[in-house]
Amino acid sequence: MIAFIFRRLLMLIPLLLAITMLVFILMSLAPGDFLTPVKAQRDVPAELIQAIETEFGLDRPWYVQYYKWLGNVLQGNLGHSWAYKLPVSDLIGQRLWATFLLSLSAFVFSWIIAIPLGVLAAVYKDSIFDRVSAGLAYTALSIPEFFLALLLVFFAAQTGLFPLGGATSIDYDYLSFGGQVLDRAHHLILPTLALGIGSIASIMRIMRANFLDTIRAGFVATARAKGLRERVVMFKHVLRNAINPLISAFGFTFSGLLSGALMVEIVLQYPGLGQLMYQSILREDQFVVLASVMLGCIMLVVGNLLADILLAWSDPRIRLENKK
Amino acid sequence: MGIVWNLFKEVFRRPLGIASASVLLALYLAAIFADPLAPYETNAIDLDRTYHPPTAIIWGEGGLRVQAYELIDPTEALYQVIEGRSYALDLFAPGFEYRLLGLIPMRWHLFQVEDDAGPVYLLGSDSTGRDVFSRLVFGARVSLFIGLLGITITMVLGFIVGGLSGYFGGRVDFVAMRMVEFMMAIPGLYLLLALRSALAPHFASDQMFFVIVVILALIGWAGTARILRGMTLSLRQNQYVMAAESMGQSPLVILRKHILPNLISYLLVAATLSIPGYVLGEAALSFLGLGIQEPSASWGLMLSQAQDVKVFYLNFWWLLTPGFAIFVTVIAYNVLGDVMRDIVDPKMQTR
Repeated sequence: MIAFIFRRLLMLIPLLLAITMLVFILMSLAPGDFLTPVKAQRDVPAELIQAIETEFGLDRPWYVQYYKWLGNVLQGNLGHSWAYKLPVSDLIGQRLWATFLLSLSAFVFSWIIAIPLGVLAAVYKDSIFDRVSAGLAYTALSIPEFFLALLLVFFAAQTGLFPLGGATSIDYDYLSFGGQVLDRAHHLILPTLALGIGSIASIMRIMRANFLDTIRAGFVATARAKGLRERVVMFKHVLRNAINPLISAFGFTFSGLLSGALMVEIVLQYPGLGQLMYQSILREDQFVVLASVMLGCIMLVVGNLLADILLAWSDPRIRLENKK
Repeated sequence: MGIVWNLFKEVFRRPLGIASASVLLALYLAAIFADPLAPYETNAIDLDRTYHPPTAIIWGEGGLRVQAYELIDPTEALYQVIEGRSYALDLFAPGFEYRLLGLIPMRWHLFQVEDDAGPVYLLGSDSTGRDVFSRLVFGARVSLFIGLLGITITMVLGFIVGGLSGYFGGRVDFVAMRMVEFMMAIPGLYLLLALRSALAPHFASDQMFFVIVVILALIGWAGTARILRGMTLSLRQNQYVMAAESMGQSPLVILRKHILPNLISYLLVAATLSIPGYVLGEAALSFLGLGIQEPSASWGLMLSQAQDVKVFYLNFWWLLTPGFAIFVTVIAYNVLGDVMRDIVDPKMQTR
């Protein structure tokens, strides 16, 4: 098990090297660099620009820049953001927290609703409830996330019930602790809905299919034959087994944490990592882009790994070592 | 081609299949015949009639007529119906010139109004007084055909890479699969943004359509290649492949004549189910202002213009119609894809 985890994490190293190199090449293909807006400002002395150019090797080809950047990263220095005038690690730290909060609330929201719905749809298979929920799930899966977000903003503006964007109100700093929590929660509702509705639909469908698969298993027939009450059979025997495959979905949720929220964050102006990534690409804020792409890849790999580990933990029949 | 023909015949035997296929057919026909369908050109700006609500069509004086509106408050773009005033809506009347299918010069439009009588906005007008309905049908060209073109490139690329690596195995396979894993390890939207920022400056804005197609195809091929590799790997165990090999047929011929026909139904299903991804990809890029540029129209671009506080507060709901168009397209493709999958592989049927 430990060897398996170690091997998977080891595979991250060449992957990250290749990806950051790709980003470096792509960004050097685009005209201009992060100094272009600085050069346009008259009050910045030419010597300073010169000094920065030498420091980051901007006047040299991309592989020299890459080498310099890599050296810095290995020493724990992710570089400096030009647009925000902050160290990249600080900036990402702030944004990561916001995105994490959003993803967590979307996750909890969608699971709490989706699991019971999926179970009900399976228990009352082919009933009106089953058909209606299947139709709704189909619809929800076909709505583009950013359009849903746009509709929610529209709704918020029309009713005035929810803030139009951001993560906190203007007077956030002056609120009491309880007020701050409430304020954040208030701002989280719309992004959570926009992110969560799609995953409710997909989790519900998986849950329903799993449940129906498990009902046909031999041990369910045995349990019924023993004369157990139907409710006990459904919840103690079927549900526990049916929920197993979903546990690995938790890992995939983690991996989609960063890129999944990008469009929703942009439409709802939620100051998370996705929005940061988008803005820094527009501004050619190179080091921010590199750091967030790296983070995104790490989360993807770690998330997939987490999914495998969770699956093995919840279902001892699965042996990781045999999987390739 | 018999397999494909049978698949389509089977699709048309099912109600859901017929429904989704006809919705898609209608959408694509509207896109192809956008010129005669649209009353205005994509860039017919009318600054006196910004944010005009959809004009009501009424019956009177022996024909269809358009309700007249007057502007009450320009700051809030408030229009009011003028009671009892309307003007004729002329069916099959001449309007702006165009070339049907890019070839035949014509002037006929499905409906028009006299220039000085007033406007006909089936779905209202936008911030510069352009007809949303006209832009919607012209935008459909971009938004719908990007999907078809993108998926074609993806499937061809995926088949070549996946087929070759599955057929040859060994070193070719190893290199190809590491590349695939690499592509799949990068979060899609990030790659999309990075590729677009690197490629876009080297192309003019009217070539943007092709840049986006290429980017989307570049991102999509990896998943297809991996699945096709697995299928090729098992197909090549068959005796007919060995027979073809011993007859001295070249690998490419074997791939095309013996492997491809076995994959074609899977390819069709996968293509149908992944086209929505391309439609959404274009919409997302254009929505972020990184895709199709003005003066062209696309659904994503139109939606990004609806992202205005004014639109939200003053309830200009008609500016959100491109979103519904995207939604209808996506759901039609999903339904069609599911129907096709149920036919091709009844075991995978969603109960």
